[in-house]
Amino acid sequence: MSGGPKLNVRVAEVVKVNDLITRFRFVARDGGLLPAFSGGAHTVVEMDDNGTRRLNPYSLMSDPEDRTGYEISVRRDDAGRGGSLYMHRHVRPGMDMVLSHPVNLFPLDNRARKHLFIAGGIGITPFLAMTRQLARFGGRFELHYATRNPALCAYGDSLKAAHGDRVHLYFDEQGDTLPLADLLSRQPLGTHLYCCGPKGMLNWVRSAAATAGWATHAVHFEEFTAPATGAPFAVTLERSGKTLTVGSTQSLLEAMEAAGVDAPYLCRGGACGQCETDVVRCDGRIDHRDHWLTPEDMATNTKIMPCVSRFEGRTLVIDR
Amino acid sequence: MSLDVEYAFDEFFRDETFVDDFTYRNSPAAIRRFPFPFDRDDYMYSVNMEPHVPGRKGSVFEKTFDVDEHYVSEMRDRARILAKDPLRCQSLPHMTLAGWDLLELIMESKAREYPQWFSLTKNGDRWRWINRPLGIDHSFTFLDETTLPCGPMEYITRQTQGDFTLQDEREGTLWVDAGMVTTQADWSLDFDIGMNFHEWHAPVPLAHEKGIFDRALKFLLKLQHGAPVRRFNWTMTVNPLLDTAPETYPEWGYMRTTLNQENMGHMMHLRVELQALFRLPRSNAIAFSIRAYLGKFEELVTVPKWGRRLHRVVRDIHPDLAAYKGFLRNRDAMAEWLSSYDDGAPTSPGWWPED
Amino acid sequence: MTKTEFPPSIRSRPVYGELEPRAGIFHLIVADGEGADAVIALFAKAADAASMLAKSHILYTAGPNGTDEWDRIAALGAAQAQKAASVPTLLFRLARVLQDVQMGTQIYLTGTEGLMGQAERDIMALGFPHSDIQKEHRGSTVRRVQCVHCKGVTENVRTDPFQCSHCGLHLFVRDHYSRRLAAFQGVNIDAEDRGQVPPPVERFR
Repeated sequence: MSGGPKLNVRVAEVVKVNDLITRFRFVARDGGLLPAFSGGAHTVVEMDDNGTRRLNPYSLMSDPEDRTGYEISVRRDDAGRGGSLYMHRHVRPGMDMVLSHPVNLFPLDNRARKHLFIAGGIGITPFLAMTRQLARFGGRFELHYATRNPALCAYGDSLKAAHGDRVHLYFDEQGDTLPLADLLSRQPLGTHLYCCGPKGMLNWVRSAAATAGWATHAVHFEEFTAPATGAPFAVTLERSGKTLTVGSTQSLLEAMEAAGVDAPYLCRGGACGQCETDVVRCDGRIDHRDHWLTPEDMATNTKIMPCVSRFEGRTLVIDR
Repeated sequence: MSLDVEYAFDEFFRDETFVDDFTYRNSPAAIRRFPFPFDRDDYMYSVNMEPHVPGRKGSVFEKTFDVDEHYVSEMRDRARILAKDPLRCQSLPHMTLAGWDLLELIMESKAREYPQWFSLTKNGDRWRWINRPLGIDHSFTFLDETTLPCGPMEYITRQTQGDFTLQDEREGTLWVDAGMVTTQADWSLDFDIGMNFHEWHAPVPLAHEKGIFDRALKFLLKLQHGAPVRRFNWTMTVNPLLDTAPETYPEWGYMRTTLNQENMGHMMHLRVELQALFRLPRSNAIAFSIRAYLGKFEELVTVPKWGRRLHRVVRDIHPDLAAYKGFLRNRDAMAEWLSSYDDGAPTSPGWWPED
Repeated sequence: MTKTEFPPSIRSRPVYGELEPRAGIFHLIVADGEGADAVIALFAKAADAASMLAKSHILYTAGPNGTDEWDRIAALGAAQAQKAASVPTLLFRLARVLQDVQMGTQIYLTGTEGLMGQAERDIMALGFPHSDIQKEHRGSTVRRVQCVHCKGVTENVRTDPFQCSHCGLHLFVRDHYSRRLAAFQGVNIDAEDRGQVPPPVERFR
């Protein structure tokens, strides 16, 4: 079956963290233990949103050794496709839900002499699990976490309490800027850098690390992105013999699943490569939004990642 | 280090050797469950992965980690090899957590699937492990190496048949960064440890050009926790030497020159590796279990289908593969011996003896 | 002498590129023998060689074939440059330098495989990704070979087969290479047919 093995869970807690963020805790329905996981892992949450099946990836933020439950934090996105709104509005304690086994596309490099974490906003979630895992096994790290203001600095206090001076908080509205260039210039050889946050921050860190001469394989980004909305488009699935319309708040992958086509997937965020599909015919422009395909694949429109990418034009036929 | 072990042989666990007087052999029941690897009359590489889910009852696929009549003797042979060469078990410093993942996976599987032999009781992080065939009763603290007599990977793989390697995932590939390797088909852990997937498979002929390793790697990077997979590999070994290591090649290499039509059935062994691959939870590493089964030619030809098929595979194999697998010099003699068990009749598809 | 062309080989056999100046807060350069030519070419390519030299540390030793171009290295005028008496003494100096080097440092290795491999091994051990270390082969192609049987490493192997300098077995030289050991693999050539050792051929110069 596509998507791999599943975990049957029940919602144990729903906690409003601040105006934008709500935390959810899931426990095994049979009362047993969930698998341990590695810092940086995510789970794919299955939602039945009024007949629309949504599968959204969220970073696991709880202690990886706490097998009694998993926690995720969801930032409400009023302009998004609806997954975060569903989580905020409809998910209540006691509800049964289904999760994927943890998958890690943002792992720690455990050979590192030191780990340097840079987080922006909701991008803090993978680092909550990573810092707990490192603290337990004695790894060296520094966490630098930027948010708009103290009220939106989710988990800042608990991070400070747990890790003290290793945690540094910055508030944009107070003109308090993360001193990136300085940080990058004083890390011992063998340090690895990890960044998770809004796109602007990722680009900022990527270019600053390149300017500072950082080893490219020592710089890691949480790449997966929620699928964006867009204009509806038609697609023909050659092997299945079906033609579908992909709705504006639906991904191509979701449209195939809704039509009963079993398509492979893992991260649903354009990062893992599992859903890679050959394009048979393309008369128009594929809006490639993934981090997987090579620039050549994208330029020649020979492949598409149905979990995030969209299409504009006359005809799109794919090998599925 | 040494585990405090008492080898308990009985009517099931055979007392036998894999060196010197070579008393190893399979019981009739073990021959019937031998994992014959050829599902057709010819052989070429393929990725050939399938989900590692419980297979036919009584088969080597039934349990997560098969424990058979050779268990106690194989563990004694492993201890013998490690006493002579501790470099056969190594773990780079960042792989200790993956070792704990492996220990947990094996202990939980064995206690669940073989309760007559193994038991695991947990009180928080205080665990008590009982291994009756090896006479071990040991309490330790999970994730605390100081409570074990050796590292967690070494501890559990001294009690588990088959070689193990642990692969770290970085930079879009897998790195063989830890392993227990004493039953290998001529590769050196000490030399290969730290290499990536394509590097440690570099000496394998033909398969790179066919894209086998590119496809296998892509598949493995998507391996998910809770969904292990398995595949076969095979080679030929003269005498029941589980340990055909490059390290000791000067001690066993000459045996390849001692074969003739009289001793072929007894001395030549088909060596089958059942490889199972597991994504590990805490470390995100991938464990390879590489379990070697040895079957004497004279044992295998007691199944008529296998006798016919083995003859055809050996006779027709690509010479580069025969050379890589180390039997090119004996290939014609092997085919000649096997030919008397091949009457030319058609064989049924699949590998099961009775189908 | 320009960079060396090696015949196509298996995937574990290292391949080398050409040193290119890259942006960095510091430049650590390790070279032996004819590697001096690559170091000089590296600075010749730099947009601002003077400022790159002001942030450079060069460690140099003569090559296994006796080539010694230290005078040309010294004349470059790097902020720091040392000549080591041998590869092992160069590696002691490198270990000390690595203690204080920061991320953002560009690392360049050039010369023979034995020197580059051992420097790479020591840098990797600190958690630095080996794929971000630049390497360019120059000069002698003699090999560092580990005997898979006794584990002893024989330096500057010229012939195939050769006799292990530790255990005395006759070994053939594979292209299989371990980055962790910085060595090619040597395997007993007469294990099956004892005493049948073919005459050695000079394959590495």
